[in-house]
Amino acid sequence: MIKLIRYLKPFWPTVVLVLVLVLLQTLSQLYLPTLMADIVDKGIAAGNNAVIFRIGGTMLAVALVSVACAVSASYFSARVGLGYGRVLRNKVFSHVQQFSLREYNQFGAASLITRITNDITQVQMVILMSLRMLAIAPLMMIGGIVMAVSRDPNLSRLILILMPVLALAVAVMAYLVMPLFKAMQAKLDKLNLVLRENLTGIRVIRAFNRDEYELKRFDAANLDLTKTAILVNRLMAGSMPGMMLLMNLASIAILWFGGQRVAGGGLQVGNLMAFLQYMMQIMFSLMMVSMMFVMLPRAMASVNRINAVLDTEPEIANPAQVREAASGTKGYLEFRNVIFSYPGAEVPVLRDISFRASPGETTAVIGGTGSGKSTLANLIPRFYDVDSGSVLVDGVDVRDMTQESLRDKIGFVPQQALLFSGTIASNIRLGKEDATSEEVRKAAETAQAREFIDAMPEGFDAPVAQGGVNLSGGQRQRLAIARALVRRPEIYIFDDSFSALDFRTDARLRQALKEETADATTLIVAQRVTTVMDADRIIVLEKGAVAGIGTHHELMESCKVYREIVLSQVSEEEIA
Amino acid sequence: MSGEKREGRPRFRPPRGGPGGLGLLEKPQDFKGTFRRLAGYLRPHLGRTVIVFVLAIMSTAFGILSPRILGLATTEMFESVQAGRAIDFAYIGKVLLILGVLYLLSALFSFGQQFIMAGVAQKTVYDLRREIKHKLTRLPLRYYDARTHGEILSRVTNDVDTISSSLQQSLTQLITAIVTLAGVIIMMLAISPLLTLVVVLVLPVAFALTRIITKRSRQYFVGQQKNLGELNGHIEEMLTGHKIIKAFSREKQSLEKFKEVNDRLYNSGWKAQFISGIIMPMMNFLNNLGFVAVCALGGFLVARGAMALGDLQAMIHYSRHFTQPITQTASIANIMQATMAAAERVFEVLDEVEEAPDNPDAPEIRESRGAVSFQGVQFGYKKDDLLYENLDINVHEGQTVAIVGPTGAGKTTLVNLLLRFYDIDAGRITVDGLDIRELKREDLRQIFGMVLQDTWLFNGTIRDNIAYGRLDASEEEVVQAAVAARADHFIRTLPEGYNTLLNEEASNISQGEKQLLTIARAILADPAILILDEATSSVDTRTEVLIQKAMAQLMQGRTSFVIAHRLSTIRNADLILVMNEGQIVEQGTHEGLLAKNGFYAELYNSQFAGVNSSGANPLAIG
Repeated sequence: MIKLIRYLKPFWPTVVLVLVLVLLQTLSQLYLPTLMADIVDKGIAAGNNAVIFRIGGTMLAVALVSVACAVSASYFSARVGLGYGRVLRNKVFSHVQQFSLREYNQFGAASLITRITNDITQVQMVILMSLRMLAIAPLMMIGGIVMAVSRDPNLSRLILILMPVLALAVAVMAYLVMPLFKAMQAKLDKLNLVLRENLTGIRVIRAFNRDEYELKRFDAANLDLTKTAILVNRLMAGSMPGMMLLMNLASIAILWFGGQRVAGGGLQVGNLMAFLQYMMQIMFSLMMVSMMFVMLPRAMASVNRINAVLDTEPEIANPAQVREAASGTKGYLEFRNVIFSYPGAEVPVLRDISFRASPGETTAVIGGTGSGKSTLANLIPRFYDVDSGSVLVDGVDVRDMTQESLRDKIGFVPQQALLFSGTIASNIRLGKEDATSEEVRKAAETAQAREFIDAMPEGFDAPVAQGGVNLSGGQRQRLAIARALVRRPEIYIFDDSFSALDFRTDARLRQALKEETADATTLIVAQRVTTVMDADRIIVLEKGAVAGIGTHHELMESCKVYREIVLSQVSEEEIA
Repeated sequence: MSGEKREGRPRFRPPRGGPGGLGLLEKPQDFKGTFRRLAGYLRPHLGRTVIVFVLAIMSTAFGILSPRILGLATTEMFESVQAGRAIDFAYIGKVLLILGVLYLLSALFSFGQQFIMAGVAQKTVYDLRREIKHKLTRLPLRYYDARTHGEILSRVTNDVDTISSSLQQSLTQLITAIVTLAGVIIMMLAISPLLTLVVVLVLPVAFALTRIITKRSRQYFVGQQKNLGELNGHIEEMLTGHKIIKAFSREKQSLEKFKEVNDRLYNSGWKAQFISGIIMPMMNFLNNLGFVAVCALGGFLVARGAMALGDLQAMIHYSRHFTQPITQTASIANIMQATMAAAERVFEVLDEVEEAPDNPDAPEIRESRGAVSFQGVQFGYKKDDLLYENLDINVHEGQTVAIVGPTGAGKTTLVNLLLRFYDIDAGRITVDGLDIRELKREDLRQIFGMVLQDTWLFNGTIRDNIAYGRLDASEEEVVQAAVAARADHFIRTLPEGYNTLLNEEASNISQGEKQLLTIARAILADPAILILDEATSSVDTRTEVLIQKAMAQLMQGRTSFVIAHRLSTIRNADLILVMNEGQIVEQGTHEGLLAKNGFYAELYNSQFAGVNSSGANPLAIG
């Protein structure tokens, strides 16, 4: 919590102002019983109506001050609470944006989203509530004690006895309830998990007739949650009436002992009445504190989740000393003894990879699942940093460039063609913000996307839903390719980007690409042999190591792994 | 890349705003009807619910009575002091004793009421969740197609949660508030009608103020909700596309948009919070107004001897607690609205049209031969958009059927119909000559085993995931299935072997490995008919050869439907169904279709187009 408080810094003056306002409000609130006591002791007892109405007028004025303070406090606390939420949200979001894929995958997109949205809202709410309620509690308590002592110091000793009892009750309650709230949250998450699995796997579940099994799984989670929920609520059921009872018994004690003081002449009745009210206010403030216990466990969990994000430093940062590529070197790519492993992995995914590619050349990477093909592609735009060795673009280590200048040289087409909400044109323009319509059209044409775009009534202005869900996989892939093409980059990376295309489109696309990418370096990661066969250089990966580099012909002669791949895909029947 | 999965992406309903329930904006369509229906869920707990209500009333009543009694003690003291006589402590002791008993009873009743209600509310919610889950298993796939997972999830969790806390708190609070209001007025009237009138004058003002403030804040809450929704949408989109944003250096633009929406959220948010935060001090002020009026006017009356001081004290107490139930009722009314809206959404699920019930006289199938035929099948996902107009397919026992065609050709539709995930509009589909609508769904699906394109595994051990194919499978059978699917090797290299727990996203094993597990699962199920839905597309080609061998073995004597892009995997199919744009455009054998020189031939030849032009014909070498 403390860590997150530091983001309150710009709000300190306002926070102080709120506290002052709350203090004034509390003081005026506390002053009222004293005035009332005066009415009783000076007005009523003396039968002086003029005094009664004069004090009544003062009370009215005090009440007005109180409400004015409260309203202003509400105004400023709203600005602080929400303003804090805004600052924190900006902070976390921009921090997350700097995450490399390593940190990003460590959390997972879904979890990061929850942290920025729900968790921050939770914390923001607690700040707001704290300013409004928690701040009042200690002020009220101290003020109440001061006023009570001023009314009758002797009787005030009662407070010394009652306060610890109540405080202890609150503490015990917190001790019992807090872990239960935590457990309840965990059980709710479990229930959600089962249900989410059931939704994603509905076809499998039905195909395997496992409805009953899943019902049982759900029911177990449901029952578990219900049991804890009942327990928590029953404990809470005891807390409120229990505390009220303590307060009420305290007031009985005050009346009894206070009555004796009145009999002894040490206390006036009006003051006893005021004392009783102060006692109530002191107790009430303690109860307010206890209410925070319900909110706090949830908020603490949120705080921890946010801190976990903020404490994760992006592994990849821009270098202090930026090196520029020699002018004229464009589109050179080199891997020099690259070794890379994912965090926590025992063995590296890529072992000692070295190769060079020059402009106009096509380099293809082929290999089995888990052979490290995509990882290799991900190292070029520096989504990850290598363990040792280096990746060089235009002769400069990628770690010596800014991420922006590096990525500006690259047209990346990912495995999963992800699009953003907007239009077809806006999605293509993601590659180059200021692309002319002509450029956009040209890119779409090369990517074989013109046909389906033209078939849409709105053409390039056709809407694209979030993630591109209103387009087919093949259409998305072609737009992702157009997006990279429009940049006219020095290096193209196609990470298994043709898998959703049918053979016909695939072939046509590769033909068109050949012309388009004539003076750039092209790296193609693929599963299909037909896609890689006419590359200038084919890198065959096997378990993260290079099993062979060469042209199709060379590899067919020299590389057993490659031959196996080829045979498994295209030639069985022709051989037979 | 867990984040790039399209399915299962979380969708957020913006959290409900504000304290005091003022942020609750949703309005139910039919408050009364929904209320009645929701109340129906309490019927099994009717006895206990009545007890809860009685306890709530009693607890409140005793609570209201006590200030009056407390006042007796004060009066005695004051009057004794005024008259100069000794205070009668025996009397005061008696009064305080009664008061103590009242407090104790009030607390006990209040505790008992909440204690019982905890059981009732949670049990009701448990039943509700259970009912929804049961309902979900009976809903047709069409229902799921039309909704995001987040939407359905939110009904089972968020909406049910709202109902839960409402039952737990708001219901009894409402009763308490009403009883308090009535009780306080009665008590005040009994003490002093004149002072009561003064206090009650505050009432219309309180009502009006509450209304005005609620109305004003509502408009800002709507804005807040809208901006929050937009912000969440932006976050979701940007983070799901994190890699792309990085690749194209769009961080700055993304952050700018974020800041812009965030600013708007701030502007509507603080206004909403401010205005709703005013309500408490305002009520407090009204309270104080009443307090001052009672003090001054009451003091005047006491001084004239027209009223006892203890009564004035009680009056002060009552007047202080007078506006509280009003604000409470206002916020409860809002909560109730939201609850009914939530309940409506839940009931909406419960009222969805279920799948047609199974035929009660369904013939029993022991052993299926696996002969499948489509006769004049007509089907469309939408009534006016038919995919199959008159489809005839004949598959004999043990045959392999390959379904080919470009992306989005509607290949999975065929599977959906076979397993009766959807019912056809006309014609019939038969298995072993029996119309599948005559069969129990469970029996029908028992015949099939399938491996889908997206590998669904659940949060459990690898063993459990394989055994999903047959729950009563022995350890040995599980291992055998894994061996047959070529999954045994990688499983054994994992530190925990078969006991390895797959995490939530199953991201601790690779996509290819997941595929192998689903294959093992299907092998274990040992079905009469196999459906392989691009099952091997993300397994590397060499592993695929191994799998194909295992599959070939598995397919022996079994009817198999194979959906794949790779033409090489389907060349030896007995029947090829060529699909395009949802229709089956051609069917026949590989040779027959090539000879026909139609769509299939073009598709097939295009595979080698690039090869021929570059002259690097792989076939010349092998």
